[in-house]
Amino acid sequence: MLKTKSKAYWLFLAPALIGLLCVVIVPMLLGLFYSFTDWNGLFFTKSVGFSNYVAAFRDSGFLNAFWFTVKYAIAVIIAVNIIGLGLALLVTQKIKGANALRTIFFMPNLIGGLILGFIWQFIFVRVFAAIGTALHIGALTGWLSNPQTGFWGLVILTIWQMSGYIMLIYIAYLEAIPREIIEAAEIDGTSPWQRFRYITFPMVAPAFTVSLFLTLSNGFKVYDQNLSLTNGGPYLSTQMLSMNIVRTAFTNNKLAYGEAKAIIFFLVVAAISLLQVYFSRKREENLS
Amino acid sequence: MSKHAKNWILGIIGLVLGLLWLFPFYLIITNSFKTPKGIFSSVIGLPVGGTFGNYTQAWAALDFIRSLFNSLTITIVSVVLICLASAMAAYAIQRNHSKISNVILMLFVAAMLIPFQSVMIPLTTIFGKVQMLNIPGLIFMYLGFGASLSIFLYQGAIAGIPEALDEAATIEGAGPGRIFFTIILPMLNPMTVTVAVLNIVWIWNDYLLPSLVLPQSGYTIPLQTFFFFGQFTKQWNLALAGLMLGILPVVVFYFFAQRWIIKSVTDGSVK
Repeated sequence: MLKTKSKAYWLFLAPALIGLLCVVIVPMLLGLFYSFTDWNGLFFTKSVGFSNYVAAFRDSGFLNAFWFTVKYAIAVIIAVNIIGLGLALLVTQKIKGANALRTIFFMPNLIGGLILGFIWQFIFVRVFAAIGTALHIGALTGWLSNPQTGFWGLVILTIWQMSGYIMLIYIAYLEAIPREIIEAAEIDGTSPWQRFRYITFPMVAPAFTVSLFLTLSNGFKVYDQNLSLTNGGPYLSTQMLSMNIVRTAFTNNKLAYGEAKAIIFFLVVAAISLLQVYFSRKREENLS
Repeated sequence: MSKHAKNWILGIIGLVLGLLWLFPFYLIITNSFKTPKGIFSSVIGLPVGGTFGNYTQAWAALDFIRSLFNSLTITIVSVVLICLASAMAAYAIQRNHSKISNVILMLFVAAMLIPFQSVMIPLTTIFGKVQMLNIPGLIFMYLGFGASLSIFLYQGAIAGIPEALDEAATIEGAGPGRIFFTIILPMLNPMTVTVAVLNIVWIWNDYLLPSLVLPQSGYTIPLQTFFFFGQFTKQWNLALAGLMLGILPVVVFYFFAQRWIIKSVTDGSVK
């Protein structure tokens, strides 16, 4: 046991603790403070109360980015979880090449968001257009040039990137289901749907909590894919929250205002995470 | 329906989905070998009289050796520091049963709620004031951002190592430093793999933080890719060769460490 008063205790803690304080805690507290001032990165002259926050809620660019992000997150949660669960159910069957399939489905997740965005920019702009022209499908041409295709472009990219990741989480829970239960139910003459509904589904339910919130909070924080796929265009119609904050602060040099938006962003993301903790705890209590 | 037929149908579905998932890779690989004219005449087809010319040009424009070197340096140094500092901190927290340790652990866990975007503005101005907007400064930032999850994971692993082991070593005359480095740290190897993989994947691919911190001489592969893409936006043959170069290190890593990567990513998210 390490004594709190011992030198060793503090020496062991120091590197990580100093890192956390300098990089996260102090900037967060300073940022909170600055968001109530007219700070410009160098100095501030006065407190401005809540006016940065009020301005943020009247800023149509910020509100549009907010709603765009919410819509994107909802679409991604639904699509990625359904597809991720589907892939997990598929690769846990006794089929040929199941392991190779896992490898393939997960692979896009390791590629950085920035590069992913450029890959899909090529696919939407050049490949979709070529197929659309060849087969006379108008809907495939002009992708990323209007808000709708920009939105669905981002969603499709995210499905390709995240489904394999969410699949791994569902696999972890699916493989924890004892074989005997499924086999016993088969012998009892249940249908595949009944087995899914009454055995598999309840046993992977905790995976839903994990995956739903993971996709939700990841969806809110997206920046790289947004930058490289649409760059927020056309006319900022596909700009997400992160990009709006980055541009307010670093392109338009409104640092205190950008920080106020960043604090609002923090409140939303933290609320999502706390909800997850709440639901996970509640589930555990119900089980015990 | 017989079991055989069912597996056969599922196998076909798997094959189709697998090919669909691989299709984007097929598209960038084949088109990265085409001339601009080749891409224009057929995007889907295989390259006719393929050329490596795109790659030599992209290699030079990406300053590939230097950006690869920067990426490797930043990732390796950061990950080693994160693993070491987090294991040490987790050990101190786990083996000290006081209120202070609980508070410190809570602080690390609570910090996970803070998204990067909420601290980036003050962070970059503070580090700018002390002339730390460079590679060492970035590595220090990664330590601060990476410590929370890593400590959380290590803490669970250390709880599984009986404290009697420490006590026996203390009686033998070993100090805390020696106990940690010769007994505890080697026993944490499986968790170190998990922590390292999670941090490698994150740091290697990170774009926003380094874009705010690094000068051009320190550009990593994602930063250089973005810069490069701005120059060759209408020249897809070069751009795709550049993207392929950027993806290659990841694919090689995945090929050799696949089992560890899949296990680590699962453990990191389920815990």
